[in-house]
Amino acid sequence: MSDAEPVESGDEILPGNPPRVVRYRGATRLNHWITAAAMVLLILSGVAMFWSPAFFLTALFGGGQTARFLHPWIGLILVASFALLARQFWRGNLWNRTDLDWMVHIGDLMQGREEKMPEVDKFNAGQKFVFWSMALLILAMLATGVVIWEQYFGGMTSIPIQREALLVHWLCASLIILVLIVHVYAAIWVRGSFDAMIRGWVSAGWAWRHHRLWFRRLAARSADRGDARV
Amino acid sequence: MALPDSPRTAVSNPPTQGFIENLGPGDVIKRSATDRLPPPQRQLTPVAKLIDVSKCIGCKACQSACIEWNDTHPEMEDNVGVYMNPHDLTPDMFTLMRFAEWDNPDTGNLEWLIRKDGCMHCSEPGCLEACPSPGAIVQYSNGIVDFNHDNCIGCGYCIKGCPFDIPRVSKTDHKAYKCTLCSDRVAVGQGPACAKACPTQAITFGTKEDMKTLAAERIVDLKSRGFENAGLYDPEGVGGTHVMYVLHHADKPHIYSGLADKPRVSPVVHAWKGVTKTAGLTAMGLAAVAALAHGLFARANKVTAEDDTHARDFLDGKEPGERP
Repeated sequence: MSDAEPVESGDEILPGNPPRVVRYRGATRLNHWITAAAMVLLILSGVAMFWSPAFFLTALFGGGQTARFLHPWIGLILVASFALLARQFWRGNLWNRTDLDWMVHIGDLMQGREEKMPEVDKFNAGQKFVFWSMALLILAMLATGVVIWEQYFGGMTSIPIQREALLVHWLCASLIILVLIVHVYAAIWVRGSFDAMIRGWVSAGWAWRHHRLWFRRLAARSADRGDARV
Repeated sequence: MALPDSPRTAVSNPPTQGFIENLGPGDVIKRSATDRLPPPQRQLTPVAKLIDVSKCIGCKACQSACIEWNDTHPEMEDNVGVYMNPHDLTPDMFTLMRFAEWDNPDTGNLEWLIRKDGCMHCSEPGCLEACPSPGAIVQYSNGIVDFNHDNCIGCGYCIKGCPFDIPRVSKTDHKAYKCTLCSDRVAVGQGPACAKACPTQAITFGTKEDMKTLAAERIVDLKSRGFENAGLYDPEGVGGTHVMYVLHHADKPHIYSGLADKPRVSPVVHAWKGVTKTAGLTAMGLAAVAALAHGLFARANKVTAEDDTHARDFLDGKEPGERP
């Protein structure tokens, strides 16, 4: 199974003391944080234009008019940067049988018994869930967002369609925020995860604990290449 | 005699007697995106514009008066074979004569139905419900629904909220426009410009009560002339309106260039601004609290010294200490 799945080209074990494992390349990290920044700006401007107690947040964008103008453009930036991320990540996020097993044992994970979990490749089932829900929800946000983009597409659809688009845009936005809470919380709770996305590498112990299958494959690959061991 | 709080007619010249200036902040009864609005300081007499379609001759004096009073500049357009001009309501044309030719199947007569389209000033305004910008749309206690352009952000949600397809967003300043019921005239005791200009008094203005009485008289007259379905259009679905029509065929409003038979704010808009909004925001709040609680009370998922040792053993080619 794992042999058929190409490892990320940049991922490798760096010998040394302590040994480190490269997890995300610089371009990937930059792209991830562009997506994240766009997401934060979209949530701030979007919530401001939906929930009146948060309307004051439009001041961050220079007022209601500019918030309304910028929101869809920031959305397009997010769609573009997420598309690049997805192109890189989708294969590693394909669902397999281990993921079901992992989901069944998610209670053990939350209670600190990670040793009961199946060995995980580069992404665990939770990460895959985040990836695919984000991909689907962002597509839905794009489709409905264009329909309600008054400035350029206001007259292109009927008003009943625009009403439905508004509702779906909000429903998907709330789901995205829920998924985002899961995503951010998991990154904080699993200590060392932020490091992977900031400096690009994790400790060998982290890889062993959380993504052992990935770690084993990387080790096997360096062995094949005849790399020096630590 | 007590001073009137709202004009009783559009016909008179500017009032010579005193008038209580109104439509200030203390007269606002609904304000967009505002939950806790201070109660109004007084209740103004509800006003209404009555448009008697059966008396309209299609002269468009109302449109000219509207353009003049509001100082708008509708674009010059091409004639496409109908009298309607411009082609639709625009950010610069708040009211529009819509011309329809209807073949009456009962009489065999071809009837020319001319309806002055524009904001109906609903008692339950969908535009105001949909608007996200605090104070961009207000409703006064006399029933006028008004847009405050300083607060408008140009999102176009009012268009989605409106059951009559009335507001238009300007491509120039990106703000939404519609009929104000001449709130700036009514506030100082004058009736709307369109009603004042109408040469046949097809458009009249006064208290809503007076306008209903006048409509009732007109309906009796129309019925006596053979329009047995003549009636008042003051639709319940939006809580009644402050612009009403006398229709000779009140049983089928749609023949008047698509006037809504049973207008109401779309249930989709209600769902969007109502139940799903509460549910979604609550779910987000709960998820954030749950994450925070787990973060505070559950132990963090940390790499142990054992993990580091096992990883190193594995890399060294040794069998790492077995874990199940």
